[in-house]
Amino acid sequence: MKQFLKKFALQIIPWALPLLLVVTWQVFSMKGIIPNTILPAPSDVFMAGVSLFQSGELMEHLSISLWRALLGFLIGGAIGFILGLLNGLFRTWDLLIDTSIQMLRNIPHLALIPLVILWFGIDETSKVFLVAIGVMFPVYINTYHGIKYVDKGLIEMGRAYGLKGFSLFYSVILPGALSSVLVGIRFSLGVMWLTLIVAETISAHSGIGFMAMNAREFMQMDIIVLSILLYALFGKLSDMIARFFERRWLKWNF
Amino acid sequence: MVSDLAYTHIKISQLQKSFGDLTVLKGIDLEVKKGEFIAIVGKSGCGKSTLLRLIAGLDYYDEGTLYVNGKKLTSLNKDARIMFQDGRLLPWKKVIDNVGIGLSGKWKSVALESLKQVGLEEKKDEWPSRLSGGQQQRVALARALVHKPELLLLDEPLGALDALTRIEMQHLIEEIWSEKKITSILVTHDVEEAVTLADRVILIRDGKIELNQEIDLPRPRQRTQSAFSNYVETILDKILKSPKEKSLRLVE
Repeated sequence: MKQFLKKFALQIIPWALPLLLVVTWQVFSMKGIIPNTILPAPSDVFMAGVSLFQSGELMEHLSISLWRALLGFLIGGAIGFILGLLNGLFRTWDLLIDTSIQMLRNIPHLALIPLVILWFGIDETSKVFLVAIGVMFPVYINTYHGIKYVDKGLIEMGRAYGLKGFSLFYSVILPGALSSVLVGIRFSLGVMWLTLIVAETISAHSGIGFMAMNAREFMQMDIIVLSILLYALFGKLSDMIARFFERRWLKWNF
Repeated sequence: MVSDLAYTHIKISQLQKSFGDLTVLKGIDLEVKKGEFIAIVGKSGCGKSTLLRLIAGLDYYDEGTLYVNGKKLTSLNKDARIMFQDGRLLPWKKVIDNVGIGLSGKWKSVALESLKQVGLEEKKDEWPSRLSGGQQQRVALARALVHKPELLLLDEPLGALDALTRIEMQHLIEEIWSEKKITSILVTHDVEEAVTLADRVILIRDGKIELNQEIDLPRPRQRTQSAFSNYVETILDKILKSPKEKSLRLVE
């Protein structure tokens, strides 16, 4: 029983602060300390969410945003991962490509927005492209770093015990680099949301960011706040997914 | 000479190795017979580990020749398995999977058999990080034995262990060696360990062999025997070249 209570408490405690904040906010709104035109009450935000959900609008925007995030993440992540592997493993690739990537990396990818709009217009491609570019670099850098800094002693042991080529890569190098790769993935998930928010806010016909900008036109404070909260929720969700994979792939570390 | 050759496992002549400007080995001549247990001792940086790595084929020599079973060694020595000072177990593989590295086919039963030999079969599903230093080295030993090597190279594998675990491991290594008659080369800085285990102790000093001492004692050897202490003292004297420091047991 004690054990159970402890487990329960560990699950609850992280949520205590956000919960307290929401309750305080609600009370302040109801007492009129926070005017509705500045910040709507949590209950209003919730009701806005419910009505948007019922009209089907919410799911439409949600799914399009998630789709952009996922597609951009997969494309950018895959490119970053593969480039990181190639440059980490093969000296020639490293010499050929790494310098260029390091140069490109230092350009803030959001600075590309005007260019991207001119290239792709404001349809899906531009958003996915921006997310992919943003996600690519953290994944690249951490994969590259992870591969380069795999314990040389373990690689030597692997060679001495008859591993080479793919088996050496699969048994020694990749698992050795994995924790660094996962750091890159977690970092890039943050970049993914950031990029998507900006891109959707500036130029879009759909998605959560568009929903917020559209609500601004009509002074619908509750919907604006709802959009912001949704991003926070997504952020937490993607972090949980990343943690899940860390637990799974780095079991030996826990 | 011809008949001798059949029993010669390793034949090294005038072996030289440099790293940059530093010449580590300056002409080593050494023959190791099949099934023989050789210990190489010497101060840190004398080149003893380098010699072992050359025999393993992990590094390549600059001058001279190195024959294994009558064939010149030009790349990784496939007959040999090496044990390192740090166990070098893969932390992301369970113990049994670590033992099975480099095996294929129905490897699991073979790996388990090898783990049994070092007395750790009940730890087969543990992560290496859960094991003590001594247990990790036993797993590393099982990993080396699983390939049924003709040559076992031991690069100070017991250097990081506490005194009791070290003695246990010495017994285990001697037991396995005498059972399988694997040619074994042990690099150590512990002269007592060398005299306990080896048929012959090689002393390397400044990249050259300074002493090649047969240890003519029955096994298992008692450290309390006077003959044992005589061997230890002779070798230590040579290492230190200063009779005053005779009582020092560990040379580091």
